[in-house]
Amino acid sequence: MARRAGALIAGGVALATLAPVAVVMAQAGGRGLTAPDLAALRFTALQATLSALASVTCAVPLARALARRRFPGRGALITALGAPFLLPVIAAVLGLLAIFGRSGLLNAGLRALGLPEVSIFGLGGVVLAHVFLNMPLATRMILQGWQAIPAERLRLAESLGFTPRHYWQHIERPMLQDVVPGALLAVFAICLTSFAVVLTLGGGPAATTVELAIWQAVRFEFDLPRAASLAVLQVLACGGAVLLAGLVARPSGFGAGLDRVLPLPAPAGWRKGLDALVIGLASLFLAAPLLAVLARGLPGLAGMPAAVWPAAATSLAVAACAAPLAVGAALTLALGRAQGRRWLGPVAMLPMAISQLVLGTGLFLIVFPFVNPASLTLPVTILVTALTALPFAYRILAPETQTLQADYGRLAASLDLRGGAALRLLVLPRLRRPLGFALGLCAALAIGDLGVIALFATEDGQTLPLVISRLMGAYRMGQAAGAALILVALAFAVFWICDRWGRHGTEL
Amino acid sequence: MGLSFEQAEIRQGSFVLGADLALPPEGHFAVIGPSGAGKSTLFQSLAGFIPLSRGTIRWQGQRIDGLPPGQRPLSILFQDQNLFPHLTVAQNLGLGLDPSLRRLDWAAVEQALEAVGLAGLGPRKPSQLSGGQQSRAALARALLRARPVLLLDEPFAALGPALKAEMLELVARMTGDKLVLMITHDPNDALHFAPQTLVVANGSVQPPRATASLLTNPPPDLAHYLGQPTRAIPARVGHAPHHP
Repeated sequence: MARRAGALIAGGVALATLAPVAVVMAQAGGRGLTAPDLAALRFTALQATLSALASVTCAVPLARALARRRFPGRGALITALGAPFLLPVIAAVLGLLAIFGRSGLLNAGLRALGLPEVSIFGLGGVVLAHVFLNMPLATRMILQGWQAIPAERLRLAESLGFTPRHYWQHIERPMLQDVVPGALLAVFAICLTSFAVVLTLGGGPAATTVELAIWQAVRFEFDLPRAASLAVLQVLACGGAVLLAGLVARPSGFGAGLDRVLPLPAPAGWRKGLDALVIGLASLFLAAPLLAVLARGLPGLAGMPAAVWPAAATSLAVAACAAPLAVGAALTLALGRAQGRRWLGPVAMLPMAISQLVLGTGLFLIVFPFVNPASLTLPVTILVTALTALPFAYRILAPETQTLQADYGRLAASLDLRGGAALRLLVLPRLRRPLGFALGLCAALAIGDLGVIALFATEDGQTLPLVISRLMGAYRMGQAAGAALILVALAFAVFWICDRWGRHGTEL
Repeated sequence: MGLSFEQAEIRQGSFVLGADLALPPEGHFAVIGPSGAGKSTLFQSLAGFIPLSRGTIRWQGQRIDGLPPGQRPLSILFQDQNLFPHLTVAQNLGLGLDPSLRRLDWAAVEQALEAVGLAGLGPRKPSQLSGGQQSRAALARALLRARPVLLLDEPFAALGPALKAEMLELVARMTGDKLVLMITHDPNDALHFAPQTLVVANGSVQPPRATASLLTNPPPDLAHYLGQPTRAIPARVGHAPHHP
C-alpha cells in the first residue's frame, strides 16, 4: 500500500507542478521577449545576487562570533535566528518600514542631524529586506560549518601553536570555501522568487522582478501571453538556480568525528571587542523591526477594519488544509525514499524550482476558459501553498524516516507491520517530534504566505497577508501594523501548538 | 520436504553466496563460518530482505523466495532492535498475533509472557527490562507468531555466558517442533544447541553435518576460523609456537 501511495503522491506532485508549467509554455509560444521583460530579468538577477552576497557577507562574521564565543543568551539567540523563517514576510516589511522608511527611526535621526534622508524603496530596500529575512538562514548554515570542524583538527591546531591567522588560513578558510557557495545559492534561489518584498518595496520600471511582472501582466494588463512568457523565463531562471544549488550542496561536514565538541579558541583583545560588536549589531538589526511591529501594531489593534477578522479566519483555514496536505505528502514521499525508491527525493524537491506565480499563472490559464478564477481562489491557494511548503517538510522528515527505516524497517517487515497499522503503531509514535515541527513550520508558512492569492483574489476570499498589503497600498499604516501583529501572533501560535504537540508525549 | 535451497544464489556487488541443500521440517541447526562469509546474508535472504539473484527457496514444496518478509513461514530474531521501544512489552508481543493490534487475544499474550518467565511485565516498556528479559520478550513474540521456522541471527550475543546458556536452553525447550537455524560464533553454543551444523564458507552454504564430528575434525577453512591447528594447513602449525 505504501508503495502505491508513494507513487500516487509523486504523480500528483509532478502533475500539479508540471502541468501549469506545460500550459504556460504552450501559451507563451511565438511571443518574443520585450525590453521590459529583459529589464525584469536583469533586476531579478541583480537583486538576488546582491541579496545573496550581502546576506552571506553579514552572516560570516556573525557565525564566527557565535561559534567561538560563549555568553548568556547565546542559545536563545541561535534559536531566534530560526524565527525570521516563520515570520510572515509582509510583517517583516512593515517592521523594516518602521525603522528605515520615510517616517522611520533612521530617517528621523538623519533629519535631526541635518543629513539627507535615505529611501527604502527600490533596489536598496529590496536587498535590505532580503538580508533581514535570509541572513539568519545563511548564519545558521555557516555556523554549522564551524561546528562541524572535528575536535581532532582543533586539538592538532592547538598543539601546533596556531595563531588566529593560522586558524583562518588552515581551518576556517577551507571550511568556508565548502560552506559559502551553498549558502550563497540558497539565498539567491529564495530571492529569485521573492514576491511580497518586491510587491511592497519594489515596483516601477526600475525595480520590477519577473515574479512581480507576472502579477502585473495578469492583474493589470490582463496580458496572459506576456504572463506566460514571463513565467517560462522564471522557470528557466529558478530551475537553473535550484539545479546549481543541488549540485553545489554537499552532505554536511568533513566526517562526523566524535560527538564531543571542543570549543573553538576565543582570542582576546580587539577580536573579542569586534565579535561583541558584530553580535550586538546583528541582534539590533534583527530585533528592531520586530519590536517596531509590536510598538506600531498595538495601538492599531483598536481600529481594525472589519475585513481583518474574516481574512484571519481564511488564513487559518488555508493553513489548516495546506499544512497537513504538505506534511502528509512529504511523509509519504520520505517513507518511500527511505524504502529505497530514490526517484521520490527529486520529486519532493521539484516545487522548489517552480515559483508560486508561475504555478498560479498556469492554473489561471487552465481554469480561465471554464470558470471565473476568483471563484477558485481558496482551493488554488491551498494547493499552491501546500506545494510550496512540501520541500521544507520533506527536508525535515527525510533524515528522520531514513533513521526509522534503518532501525526498525526490517523488524516491521518481518512482522508484516504495514499500511495503516504501521502508520499508527510505528511511524506516528516514532516521528511525532519532526512531524509536529514540520506541521508547525508549514502552517506558519501558509498563514504568512502572500503569493499566488494575489493573482486570484477579489475583495472576498482574502487572506490576512493580502489584506495587510492592501492596507499598506492605501497608506493605512497603523491598521496594517495592527493586522500584521495579529498575523505574526497567529503564525507563531500555530507553530508553537504544532511543535508542542510533537514534543509532547515523545518518549523513547 | 522441509526447507530447500535449489541452486540459490545471492549476489551483492562482487560477493556471491551459493546454496543448494535441503533441511528437514524440524530440528535445530547451527550456522557457523568466518566473519564476512555470508551467514547473515543467508538469513537476510531467507527472511526476504535480500532477493535471490538465481534459484529458488521452497518450504514444504511451496516457493517462498518471492514472498514479502512478513508473509514467509518464519520468524527472525535480529542481533538487536527486536522490540519497538515506544510500545509496551505486551504490545510488542501482540504484533506477533495481529500487526494492527486491533483484534487481539491478550490472554494469549499473557500466556506467552508466562511461558518465557516474564509474567506480569506486559505493561512495561522494553527499556525497563534487562537485556535477558528483552531477549525473552522477543522470543515470546516469535513463539506467538507460530511460524514453523525460526532464524536466530545471534540475538543473544550481547548477553553474558550464563544468561546466553539459559536462553539457548529456553529456545531448545520451546521450539522442539520447529526448524531452528542459529548463527553463532561460539563452538560451544553449537555443540549444546544443535546436533547438526551448516558451514558457510568460501562462497557457499555446505550441507549439514554432525556438529560434534565437525568441530573435532574441522575442514581447513573452518579450522582456520576456529583457530585450531590441523594437518591440512602445515604452515600454520609451523607459525604457531603457542600451539605445541
